[in-house]
Amino acid sequence: MRNLYIAALGVAAMTVTSIGTVFAAEDYGKYQVEDRRSGYTYAAKETQAIQDDNFENPAMLWVDDGSVLWEQAEGEVGKACASCHEDAADSMKMTGAEYPKHNPKLGKMQNLEQRINQCRTENMKAKPFKYESAEMLGMTTFVRHQSNGQAMSVKVDGEVAPFFKKGEAFYNQRRGQLDMSCKNCHGDNSGNMARANMLSEGQSNGFPTYRLKWQKPGSIHRRFRGCNKNIRAKPFGYGSEEYVNLELYVAWRGRGLPVETPAVRN
Amino acid sequence: MVKRPLVVAAIGISIALSLSLPASAAGLVKYQIKNNAIAASLTGKAGDPVNGKKLAINRKKGNCLACHSMPIPEQAFHGNVGPDLKGIAASYSEGEFRLRLVDPKVLNSETIMPAFYKAAGFNRVMKKFAGKTIISAQDVEDIVAYLMTLK
Ligand code: HEC
Ligand code: HEC
Repeated sequence: MRNLYIAALGVAAMTVTSIGTVFAAEDYGKYQVEDRRSGYTYAAKETQAIQDDNFENPAMLWVDDGSVLWEQAEGEVGKACASCHEDAADSMKMTGAEYPKHNPKLGKMQNLEQRINQCRTENMKAKPFKYESAEMLGMTTFVRHQSNGQAMSVKVDGEVAPFFKKGEAFYNQRRGQLDMSCKNCHGDNSGNMARANMLSEGQSNGFPTYRLKWQKPGSIHRRFRGCNKNIRAKPFGYGSEEYVNLELYVAWRGRGLPVETPAVRN
Repeated sequence: MVKRPLVVAAIGISIALSLSLPASAAGLVKYQIKNNAIAASLTGKAGDPVNGKKLAINRKKGNCLACHSMPIPEQAFHGNVGPDLKGIAASYSEGEFRLRLVDPKVLNSETIMPAFYKAAGFNRVMKKFAGKTIISAQDVEDIVAYLMTLK
């Protein structure tokens, strides 16, 4: 309602100020920080409504599954995540906003999926979850959900800088038979229509995101692979260094936006 | 290695790229760019505007509607990444349209519009499409013929 009202005002303002500045017509509230807007603000009202209602949001089932896994002892050590991290609402409050992070032991960036598997294999002596498995989607959706509302705030300087540069280069590199970069669509054309799709800024703050098209949540790497395939480019692997660096750069592009996992999109 | 000196000269930067390419550009029709246009038909045959319109709609072919609005009201969704093409025949000649479809990057290296008749010089193309053009030479001619009807 409020948005509609403001939009109407905006139109009025445009007709009055025949020349010169046109005022921003919409107030996106917490979903906008400076010139950056969450994909939420580009989504249809009906889609937003599904995300907003925890009972309707189908991805909350995965959050529930994750909460069960959190408490479940697994592996030779006989420990659960909760054995070390206790209440996720406290211990994971910033996690979703701060990954990918630099891992000094690995000498490279590590995303949330990889951190979870490191805990499983090293601290629990349990099998790693497969990327995109129900368990991994449950766990990552649950963990990032704990950070909801926190401002995306990946570190990009110091030892992270070279990885950030690689992610940025990937973002701007054209690829595929259609010869397009991420920037071509999400940097230069956000707000424009690509046939029936409104191009958003390609922000990652809502991932894992439930896509109506997928009928389940998917990781940000699944989205990267989809965008790469759409331009007829060979996708990189789940958890590949290329995508982890890209994930870092994309998270930085959305700096300040609130984590909103699990988001719902078309 | 197929020699396409005129095209290579026009693009300049693609020289380095094309050196390392397999002979995948083989089979592509040679063409000449003059005055920002490709004057001659790629196939020597006239284009079919009725088929051209179909190709412009087809998501696996031209998919022009992804980015452009066109006077095709029976199709529901038109993009607005590029300019509206209604009445566009008033602004361009057949040869100018042809170059824009074959390789618009010759005119504007920054453009998002794909090169529809180019098979090499790309980065990480999916295997299925590697060494291939998005549409055939006759498809280009058909779409050009359709664009010429947009008076
Ligand atoms: C041909 C255009 C195109 C290109 C190129 C492209 N995307 Fe997308 N992308 C889309 C469309 C369409 C969607 C779905 C609507 C939207 O959110 O923009 C999308 C969605 C996304 C989303 C989900 C946004 C959300 O709020 O859920 C992310 C993240 C994303 N893209 C990242 C990327 C990255 C990174 C690249 C480069 C590797 C890329 N895209 C390349 C068209 C593109
Ligand atoms: C991914 C986006 C995209 C696709 C797909 C695309 N175009 Fe374009 N097109 C553009 C943009 C952007 C421009 C603006 C000029 C530029 O960027 O060089 C343009 C310009 C043009 C122009 C010149 C218009 C003018 O007013 O000067 C013509 C003609 C044209 N396109 C035809 C086509 C046809 C026909 C197809 C399909 C076979 C097509 N385009 C597919 C993005 C696209």
